[in-house]
Amino acid sequence: MSRSLILPDPADPDSAFFWEGTARGELRVQVCGRCRRRRHPPRPMCPFCRSAERGFEVLSGRGRIWSFVVAHPPLLPAYAELAPYNVIAVALEEDPTLRLVSNLVPGPGAAPGEVDPAGIRIGEPVRAIFEPVEDVFLPRFVREG
Amino acid sequence: MTGGVALRDRTAIAGIGQTRFGRGLPESELELGCLAVAEAIADAGLDPSEVDGAVIFSMEDGREVQLARSVGLGDLRFFAEVGYGGGAGCATVGLAALAVASGQCEVAVAWRARKRAAPSSRPWARVEARVGGDFQWTRPFGLLRPVDEIAMLTRRYMHEYGATRDHLANVALACRKHANRNPRAVMHDRLLTREQYMESRWISEPLCLFDNCLETDGALACVVVSAERARDLRHPPVYIHSYAQGLPRQHQVMTNYFCEDPLRGPSHVCSERLFGAAEFGPGDVDVAQIYDAFTPLIPLSLEGYGFCGRGEGAAFTEEGALEWPDGRLPINTSGGGLSEAYVHGFNLILEGVRQMRGTSTCQVEGAETCLVTSGEGVPTSALLLRS
Repeated sequence: MSRSLILPDPADPDSAFFWEGTARGELRVQVCGRCRRRRHPPRPMCPFCRSAERGFEVLSGRGRIWSFVVAHPPLLPAYAELAPYNVIAVALEEDPTLRLVSNLVPGPGAAPGEVDPAGIRIGEPVRAIFEPVEDVFLPRFVREG
Repeated sequence: MTGGVALRDRTAIAGIGQTRFGRGLPESELELGCLAVAEAIADAGLDPSEVDGAVIFSMEDGREVQLARSVGLGDLRFFAEVGYGGGAGCATVGLAALAVASGQCEVAVAWRARKRAAPSSRPWARVEARVGGDFQWTRPFGLLRPVDEIAMLTRRYMHEYGATRDHLANVALACRKHANRNPRAVMHDRLLTREQYMESRWISEPLCLFDNCLETDGALACVVVSAERARDLRHPPVYIHSYAQGLPRQHQVMTNYFCEDPLRGPSHVCSERLFGAAEFGPGDVDVAQIYDAFTPLIPLSLEGYGFCGRGEGAAFTEEGALEWPDGRLPINTSGGGLSEAYVHGFNLILEGVRQMRGTSTCQVEGAETCLVTSGEGVPTSALLLRS
């Protein structure tokens, strides 16, 4: 059982662009190389036009909380230390049907358990920040404004 | 011919078997599976050597090869497996029915044996330190367990439709009351009040301890034969009236947040074929066994299977609607996954059979039709049983 956070595998070829983006402070979403429609999570073929050509677009990182949970033990050890903590789903500003799962944090370097769960509201505007954990950068969100 | 009609009432469940339920049972999953399958075959009045078909869960530790040579099954001519954990139960019986109805085999067994401590249980706790695929979008942020994944949908459901914890408690209390009448239920002797529900500890807000199913060791099995053959066996046939599976477009297993309409779950797709192939509709269902790994799956499934409209599932649970004997749709009459046992929903199938035989400990008087569903939130399956 892992003692550290579970992190994305940089060797996943479909999503490498996403994690390369977070390392550069960019929130990237996959776009079809032919019809230009966005999709998330990334996948090898466009479900709208069947093109396997693909690229990405850099989004604003802004969105609104679509839903959230507050996790309590029993949890994996590295997460139990942080509990209770929030996990949020964010509907992205450019297309609210594109959603990211992440955490709401009070600011850079802070843990998701540091936000009072009683104050979290569906619909709250949030914006992405990019937090280093070992060799990757996880997108987390702070309240907008 | 309308899709699915070819199967209608052509096969029947002729035998059922199960082990005791508990925590830390000494038998292996394979041994538990053998016990349940052997009992189901005996219950049907058949000899194990007559079994020539087997359908299992992909997660099953005791593979059909191992179980067949222990129980002494005959030459198998049909064997298959179904994935996606709790979504598989009704599909194992449905595939057995398809195989029997099409003549690929004559006597098929389906089963599930599960131990809480077995390697196939709790996959969330064995995740690698580095994850690709679907998990990379949720696990790093601490969305780790099935309860976390369903809690995310539940919070959104409550927000959109005004559902409350009282609605979820209605589900938990109904299942517990039914378990209190069922001597085999793990929670047979344990009463549950609304106050206890409201004061219990959080697991993943908005879901508390009693919104979660039990963790149980045990095994259950059933035997499927043709309707003609079933009429010559020991018990009155329980006909498989309709069977369907459902995997919605753009679905993501358990974390279905990435499509246009996340609250339209697999049950909606499954229901179209299930009732489309049936001679009756949701309003004619006398009793239902609805997959309940978590309480919010009940309102979502009530909507998916057409007992009410979108957003009305929570209100449907009011005024004891789910409770035996007077509710308009008694559900999970043996206690379900929440209070009888959690064996990936296979106990719901056996309770459906007992309702059609008239032998439930919460017998719905004159029940002739029963809906049984498998997991909502994962690629799923369902059965309509008829006496």
